[in-house]
Amino acid sequence: MKKISPKLNDRGKDFLKSMCFLSPSLLGVGIFFILPFCVVVYYSLIDGVGSKNFVFLQNFIKLFDNSAFRLAAKNTLTFSAMAVPLAVVLSIVLALMLECRIPLKSQFRTFFLSPMMVPVASVVLIWQVLFNYNGTINEFLMLFGADRIDWLQSQFAPVVVLLLFLWKNLGYNMILFMAALNNIPKELLEVADVEGAGEMYKFFAIKLRYLSPTVLFVTILSLINSFKVFREVYLLAGAYPYETLYTLQHFMNNTFDSLDYQKLSAAAVVMAVVMVIIIALLFKAEDWFGKDVEG
Amino acid sequence: MKKKRYFGRGAMFLLCAFFAVAFLLPTVLTITNSFMAESEINANYGMVFSTTTGGYVSEKVNLKFIPDKVTLSQYITGLIKSPEYLLKFWNSIILVVPIVIFQVAIASVAAYSFTRWRGKIRSGIFFFYVILMLMPYQVTLVPNYLVSDWLGLLNTRWAIIFPGMFAPFSVFLLTKFMRRIPYSLIEAAKVDGAGEWDIFTKICLPQCRSALYSIAILVFIDYWNMVEQPLILLQDAESQPLSVFLSSINAGEIGLAFAMATVYMIPSLLLFLHGEEYLVEGIANSGSVKG
Repeated sequence: MKKISPKLNDRGKDFLKSMCFLSPSLLGVGIFFILPFCVVVYYSLIDGVGSKNFVFLQNFIKLFDNSAFRLAAKNTLTFSAMAVPLAVVLSIVLALMLECRIPLKSQFRTFFLSPMMVPVASVVLIWQVLFNYNGTINEFLMLFGADRIDWLQSQFAPVVVLLLFLWKNLGYNMILFMAALNNIPKELLEVADVEGAGEMYKFFAIKLRYLSPTVLFVTILSLINSFKVFREVYLLAGAYPYETLYTLQHFMNNTFDSLDYQKLSAAAVVMAVVMVIIIALLFKAEDWFGKDVEG
Repeated sequence: MKKKRYFGRGAMFLLCAFFAVAFLLPTVLTITNSFMAESEINANYGMVFSTTTGGYVSEKVNLKFIPDKVTLSQYITGLIKSPEYLLKFWNSIILVVPIVIFQVAIASVAAYSFTRWRGKIRSGIFFFYVILMLMPYQVTLVPNYLVSDWLGLLNTRWAIIFPGMFAPFSVFLLTKFMRRIPYSLIEAAKVDGAGEWDIFTKICLPQCRSALYSIAILVFIDYWNMVEQPLILLQDAESQPLSVFLSSINAGEIGLAFAMATVYMIPSLLLFLHGEEYLVEGIANSGSVKG
């Protein structure tokens, strides 16, 4: 007994010490995220902050009946479904391009990262000049005899936002992939060279395998960023944009104006659940894909 | 064979250069256009922003890089004649600086805890932090709003600063950096009788100085350009940061908007140019969410 108790004490002490260091962060996260989120879940299950009747799924049913929510969810999901794969593929391409020993590599890297610095509002001005009905892109189209497109007031509107999204995020993703490419064991690629493997084979059989954790991360990151694209849309087209640009954040913002807690809470819970499911699926997919790669 | 390689690399270089220029273009345009007089802006872009404030308006929109006449008039209007822009700039600073300092400080202590001690409970908490980090803003917005309401912080800066201080992103990134510090260093210090706080401040922090810097830059850039949070949590127009206010500069003052955007870019540009290596390192290390 005597031998065990000091060890247990040590463990207890360690636990206390670790919690001491963790407590500021944990306290803040608890107060500002966890606790209120529990209340959000509670709010999503009752009929009103005043009456507090438990209504189970009624708020969710109402939410899915809401046409604005359905439109917003559809638009956001469609946008993410386009934007995320494109962001992943294009940033891999950029990273591979910079990997070929070309001159001015570090300058190019700086250029690709520069969009991170530019305030959204000024980007939006430039985008308006480019994509306005009388704008530069349409001038360019007319040179080739094509018809002008009213970019922001048509079904092409998401394309404009997509370009903005890619412009903004590719640099960051590219850095992630460059770092991952650097970590691929050189011997492996040399062996492949000796064996006479082509570039394509080397990419799909070796590099992509080692990149898979990064692909997972960039996918999740791009997904989050694709939800953030509201910023640009809001500044481009305001709180009530063309139908195809109405995002979930618009829905949230407009619901905040009426302070319908039940609707807001139900929407937040639905989004949290969907995100957790998507992340879990991506983790599983990565497990399966990268299973025979160490590191 | 060799010739083919050279050709390939040349093509690659040209392609890269094309993309790089396209990426840099909006930044350059913002800066050069900020030196144009309003009349020139109006002539070039009048068609887009439908500002018929008189004067010549070109039939076509001209995307122009070099001003006909370089003038500082926009800067003088924005910075000297109307103090509101400086005020909004100051608003941005007092929102973002506390967030950066406290987020990094709180995160470094927490990251030390995650690095130094492992256990089921702690790895559970860490995993929870990762999930929280990955939640889009639309999910955390409602909880943030509720707490701010309860604590009476709504429409004050604290409604943005507090959640920002505790955002889990830095904890996650810093933990990954700290776990690379050789354990023998900590062990040696312990043998020498150093307490946990000493190990943390004298060994751990100096070891990850560059990590702290790179995380600070990332956090700064993220919050410097925030739009969503102030729109909801800070509806009082007076205390809005410049990132939001820039968009409300109305159509007759496009030149002014470019100039103020350029001013607003300066802090992040300086940080970027000074710490690009750190920034790249910071980004590179944020590379995987598992393990």
